[in-house]
Amino acid sequence: MEVLGVWIASLLTLAIYSFLYKDNPFYKVAEHIFVGISAGYWAVILWFDFAWPNLFEPLIVKGNMVYLIPIIIGLLMFAPFIPKLSWLVRIPLTFTMGISMALFITQIIQGDILPQLQATFLPLAGIHPFKVFSNLLIIAGVVFTLIYFYFSKEHKGTLGFAAKVGIWFMMVSFGASFGYTVMARISLLIGRVYFLLHNWLGII
Amino acid sequence: MKSILPIIVVFGFGFFMLVSFFIPLKGIQDTSQTFQNWYIGVMAFFIFIGIFNIIKINLEKIQRRLRDWQYSIILLICLLVMMAAGFIGGPEGGLFLYFYKNVQIPLGATMFSLLAFFVASAAFRAFRARSPEATLLLIAAVLVMIGRVPIGYWIWHGFPNLVEWIMTVPNTAAKRGILFGIDLGMISMGLRVLLGIERSYMGGGKE
Repeated sequence: MEVLGVWIASLLTLAIYSFLYKDNPFYKVAEHIFVGISAGYWAVILWFDFAWPNLFEPLIVKGNMVYLIPIIIGLLMFAPFIPKLSWLVRIPLTFTMGISMALFITQIIQGDILPQLQATFLPLAGIHPFKVFSNLLIIAGVVFTLIYFYFSKEHKGTLGFAAKVGIWFMMVSFGASFGYTVMARISLLIGRVYFLLHNWLGII
Repeated sequence: MKSILPIIVVFGFGFFMLVSFFIPLKGIQDTSQTFQNWYIGVMAFFIFIGIFNIIKINLEKIQRRLRDWQYSIILLICLLVMMAAGFIGGPEGGLFLYFYKNVQIPLGATMFSLLAFFVASAAFRAFRARSPEATLLLIAAVLVMIGRVPIGYWIWHGFPNLVEWIMTVPNTAAKRGILFGIDLGMISMGLRVLLGIERSYMGGGKE
């Protein structure tokens, strides 16, 4: 069974890489298998990890009838399939939007803005000069990047220069992120090639 | 009714959740937790409707014998087999995990690794030092790429440290600035949604 699994994984890997030559039936088969298996996987995981413990278990096992409300709200997602009742889809949409926006607002302030702001108030004395330089650069980078996103006044003169420096910081960041992403993808590629040569063919 | 009820729902649940954050009373916190459980459960329905749509679209494709309909059969078989394996044997079941380990993980990793080739061709187009900004992008990307492989260390021992500095200083500074912008935008958008000013997510219109 284990050997069969390695063969399945290897042949599917080769089928996906065949796309590098051109779109072909092997790639399409592997692609559709991937979509089917992934959709099935998420259906099962969402049922067992989210829908069952949060909605159906309290209703069926504990007999808490209040949980009929969210189940009905969830089922209204299928309302567009009945044209006369299609507007009811707005109920689950507004329910999730209302709660997610409220959670976003509190979580963003507590989990993002305040900690990030705190992390930007860095010491500028009593430490190694290079560390002072780095801390100054972080503070300046945050301020200049924010200035770039300030659109209430035309970017001219001092403001224009500050916005330009903000662009420089962002370009370094985009370049670093790009390089980081490339390396992550290449390490995945190395992993797959290693799998083929080691686990499947046993060459290395 | 069609426009008022959704506004009442979004404001009612949203306002309660927002206020509950500042009132640490047991009754309010318990209700808030219950609403969060409902929210998580209802979110699962979004994926269920997605899966329902996949089945519906592919069945139609097979029925009408549209282009590449044969692949839809494969997709549906895989979907049903995976769901059957999961719902019968559970998410820890042997067959479900077998498919996950030998089909989903390798295919996912291969799909993403395929991007390495396309990223390389994109890099060829993007990495042209036509302006000072593009030059900065090019230098940062090249340094990060070289500094993260053994040959970088072999060329100059300081490369990994330099990359670490780029990632933690200029990169962090710009990312933080962008993040502040996104966060402030999200807060204002959140308030607009809760107050019923922003309604485009409902599909627009007054109906």
